[in-house]
Amino acid sequence: MTKTFDAPLYAYSRSPDQDEGLPVRHPVVVIGAGPVGLATAVDLAQQGVKVVLLSDGDHIAKGSRAFCFGQRPLEILDRIGCGHEMMDRGLHWSKGKVFLGQREIYDFAHAEDPGHKWPAFLNLQQYALEEILITRIRDLQKQDAPIEIRGGNKVEAIGQHDDHVTLEVETPEGSYTIEADWLVACDGANSPTRRMLGIPFDGTMFEDNFLIADIEMTTDRPAERWFWFDPPFNQGQSALLQKQPDNLWRIDLQLGPDIDKEQEARPENVTSRLRSMLGDEASFTLKWASVYSFQCCRMENFIHGRTIFAGDSAHQVSPFGARGANAGLQDADNLAWKLKLVLEGGAPAALIQSYHIERACSADENMQNSVNATEFITPKSETSRILRDAVLTLAKDYDFARSMVNSGRLTTPSNYDTSPLNSADALAGPDMSRPGSRCPDAPLGDHYLLDVLGNGFTLLTIDADAPDSVTENDVIVKRLALSARDDISRTLTRQFLGDCPSAVYLIRPDQHIAARRESYDDLQFRAALRRATGKE
Amino acid sequence: MSENQTAPLVLTQNLDDADGFYAALVNAHTGLTKSQSDALNARLLLILANQIGDTVLLRAAINKARTEPNSQNSI
Repeated sequence: MTKTFDAPLYAYSRSPDQDEGLPVRHPVVVIGAGPVGLATAVDLAQQGVKVVLLSDGDHIAKGSRAFCFGQRPLEILDRIGCGHEMMDRGLHWSKGKVFLGQREIYDFAHAEDPGHKWPAFLNLQQYALEEILITRIRDLQKQDAPIEIRGGNKVEAIGQHDDHVTLEVETPEGSYTIEADWLVACDGANSPTRRMLGIPFDGTMFEDNFLIADIEMTTDRPAERWFWFDPPFNQGQSALLQKQPDNLWRIDLQLGPDIDKEQEARPENVTSRLRSMLGDEASFTLKWASVYSFQCCRMENFIHGRTIFAGDSAHQVSPFGARGANAGLQDADNLAWKLKLVLEGGAPAALIQSYHIERACSADENMQNSVNATEFITPKSETSRILRDAVLTLAKDYDFARSMVNSGRLTTPSNYDTSPLNSADALAGPDMSRPGSRCPDAPLGDHYLLDVLGNGFTLLTIDADAPDSVTENDVIVKRLALSARDDISRTLTRQFLGDCPSAVYLIRPDQHIAARRESYDDLQFRAALRRATGKE
Repeated sequence: MSENQTAPLVLTQNLDDADGFYAALVNAHTGLTKSQSDALNARLLLILANQIGDTVLLRAAINKARTEPNSQNSI
């Protein structure tokens, strides 16, 4: 494993751009080779948009970091060609236990929806996801897709102009300048891009400290999420144990405020903490550990001129609930098709604004969830702790109290209910497929609905007549005609029809629903399409 | 707000035995330490909240409790 971390997967090599007299202009430059930057670049390239990804490093992350991926991000990774690898390498789990002290107070199981291709969650280390995305980039390059990843390229200065951005890039062989029509900054919570542009990042800093560790351990423990409130091995604090692929286990220990971070991060101190948690008989090897504190912040606007922020650079949350990388992947998903349309002239630049509107709502929801979980796990006042402990005491015997136990609400898909791209709901259909919501998956014989949506707009018809394709101002919509008669599992009916005899849906390239009604109406449909592309 | 429209907070007498309830509440704390009492109150609150179930109504009750004159300090 150590070997993988150190191997340069995208080592610096000289680009022809460095030998040009004048700065070369690129349609899109992405900064940062974490999951969000890589996914953004892959999504753009597979849709034919030329993209250059700049990273000051050349290898994948050390340690598991973001390691729990929810259903919607898994669907996104599937759409951008990484599904097979995720399914192969990811570890599926659905059960968990909650402890108070050393007593188990209850266990739970996430109900899996059989109508969906992807499970509710998979655990996979961030470095493994990065490796999968880099492999995907190499595959795209073999197919001559327009994607470049430049390691050892550190952006030192950014100039903002009306219709482009200038980047001064430092390399081992000196600096050079390039230009980008659009810059996507995926350079993390401490975003140098944000700093260089002097944009504030406001929010709440939490005083608490956490130790996260990856250990290698051969054990027959089940792949369950175990969460402790006030365990004997970490009194007054919390602890979390989860299985990762490859006999690795992830441990998160709350350390409280006022600690010596350097002292706590020393391997001998980490090991002795883990020893008291896992017992003297446990045999394990410490692979990676980090001590950190966190904050909940977001930029007021994710778009500054021609610079767009995505992932942690735009919004940072606490780690409870796996809402960092999961939100970042949804940012990438939301942004890529909009950039493509705008660059190709199929939509006005105003469409990009909807990225901020839709994703900022989602960031606020994640922050609220994150603040709620933090308050439950680390109560701020004596009264808050008394209430929390009362919930935990009642949760042992009563179901109603379990619903209040919050050890991190795991990520759920964002529904863009207030998006300006939505058309008014014109179908008395199921709530889950209302305009703005992510298109629910459904089995279609030997494959799934999301498999056949592709990267463009889709006109989904269920027992309704419509043209096979519609073109409106250079945007092409392809029809997918389905029938309730073939819907053996009734999933399609349950999710898209309800009590209606027929339905037509306009589905965006990021698999969100833009409009729906009972039958096809050319005028209304074209208006909905214009609205969904920022033209109305 | 729409709170009063959807779920009116009952602020007239609704208990069938006000004295009996109050006595039972006070007696439940007999012999408990302050922290045991605090925990009991918290459990009771949660049980009652679940019985009511309606978040709009509960929010109205929380707001009412917060905005009432600070009686304990003004006596």
